[in-house]
Amino acid sequence: MEVSARVSAVKQWLDERLGLEPVREFLAHKTVPKHSSTIWYYFGGITLFLFGVQVATGMLLLLYYRPTSTEAYESVQFIVAEVQFGWLIRSIHSWSANLMMLTAFIHMFSVVFLHAYRRPREVTWLSGIALLGLTMAFGFSGYLLPWNTTSFFATRIGTDVAASMPFIGEALARFLRGGDDIGGATLTRFFGFHVAILPGITTALILVHLALVQRHGISTPLRVERQHRGAGAQVAQLPFVPNFLVRELMAWYGTLGVLGCLAALFPWELGDKADPFAPAPAGIRPEWYFLAPFYTLKLIPSHVWGIEGQVLGLLGFGLLAAWWVTLPFWAAARDGALRVRLVTGAGVALIAYLATFSFLGYTR
Amino acid sequence: MVANRRGWIGWLVGGGAAASLASFAYPVLRFVIPPKVSEAPVNEVTAGKATDLLVNSARMIRFGSRPVLLIRISDSEYRAFDGMCTHLNCTVQYHQEGRQIWCACHNGFYDLNGKVVSGPPPRALAQYEVHLRGEDVIITKRS
Repeated sequence: MEVSARVSAVKQWLDERLGLEPVREFLAHKTVPKHSSTIWYYFGGITLFLFGVQVATGMLLLLYYRPTSTEAYESVQFIVAEVQFGWLIRSIHSWSANLMMLTAFIHMFSVVFLHAYRRPREVTWLSGIALLGLTMAFGFSGYLLPWNTTSFFATRIGTDVAASMPFIGEALARFLRGGDDIGGATLTRFFGFHVAILPGITTALILVHLALVQRHGISTPLRVERQHRGAGAQVAQLPFVPNFLVRELMAWYGTLGVLGCLAALFPWELGDKADPFAPAPAGIRPEWYFLAPFYTLKLIPSHVWGIEGQVLGLLGFGLLAAWWVTLPFWAAARDGALRVRLVTGAGVALIAYLATFSFLGYTR
Repeated sequence: MVANRRGWIGWLVGGGAAASLASFAYPVLRFVIPPKVSEAPVNEVTAGKATDLLVNSARMIRFGSRPVLLIRISDSEYRAFDGMCTHLNCTVQYHQEGRQIWCACHNGFYDLNGKVVSGPPPRALAQYEVHLRGEDVIITKRS
């Protein structure tokens, strides 16, 4: 029996049992809009790929990591110093987390500037924003796990920001800390969030997000849609299999290359073990994606109009987040027309704020 | 009559399902809220020998579960303050050159009375009593 005949027999055997024909049929007809901005479509997939890298490397780290305040730091030290390729696995996990955050931001802003959030994709936007929030929660919870000085103070500040919230702040901070202050209970709790609760919710939400992308198809940018409508032409389409898929896989491969280089050339540092009674070291700062709020909190005076600065800051961040989350709803005027300039301006303003304050937070 | 009966059954099934969900959710909710752990109250600690600390220097002392910053101001004067910044709870440190208390997290400064000099801290640091018992430095909570 020839190889091709054998493959065909296996295919038929599987088809009879799994009913793969409709899936093949569906993939054969799936297309992606082809235009000058198609490149931005790849960032969602790259973010998904990096999530996969996080899951894989996270599972490997779990084999050695011990989530107690007396053993966590030493177990990470053991991973990077004693376990073969331990330093590389940990470095990939840390770099991949940062790249994932970066690509998630790029994906979000590309959605904004291509106006892909517009009707009927409002829920897709909301699920994407929720995924971005979960990614940040992954970053925040995972940051504490090595139990080093920076992570200790970052968590203390983060949970204290939560404590500043009116009415529910104290209860929320206690829930996050597992007690009144940061300690072993916080570490165990954050470990639980990081390896069980957040992955479970994230996986479910990714499925919802992908199902919605599938349901509505990939959005064609407004500009391209208008150009083609004006000319009475259809937007060119790229077959998903194999054209788009192969390009996406190449993007993943390129990302893996960048990730490997970063992890190998700039291994993630472990720092000093956390000491709850030691002062916060000079020059302490959080991860880059929390730098803008960190620097903002530094600038706000102790009291503004009789309100404590940190409470005012939190209120400001809350309003900013609410404004951004509801973007698809205020982006559309009552007559259904899209406020393109307003949204683009808002996107540019947000990027300018994040970039400027992150830079200042890093350098000052 | 039938519709009425169906309505009742609908309410019963729906109510039963809601009650079941609530009976699952309530213990879970209570489980994730950490219990209050009562610690023996600490009112006084010995912070070592008076001669161990040089003039214009400081040391962090454990006061129960809180850090307390002990500063030697002069040969005979010591002061102690709560070690947690009133802004976002970072642990503060003594800034020898400026003779001030500094929080590195958001650049908050306090003077040697614990009062805010600059930066975002909203309140003064709580001060503790310090006195010498023989050669030992004793820190006590202010009543």
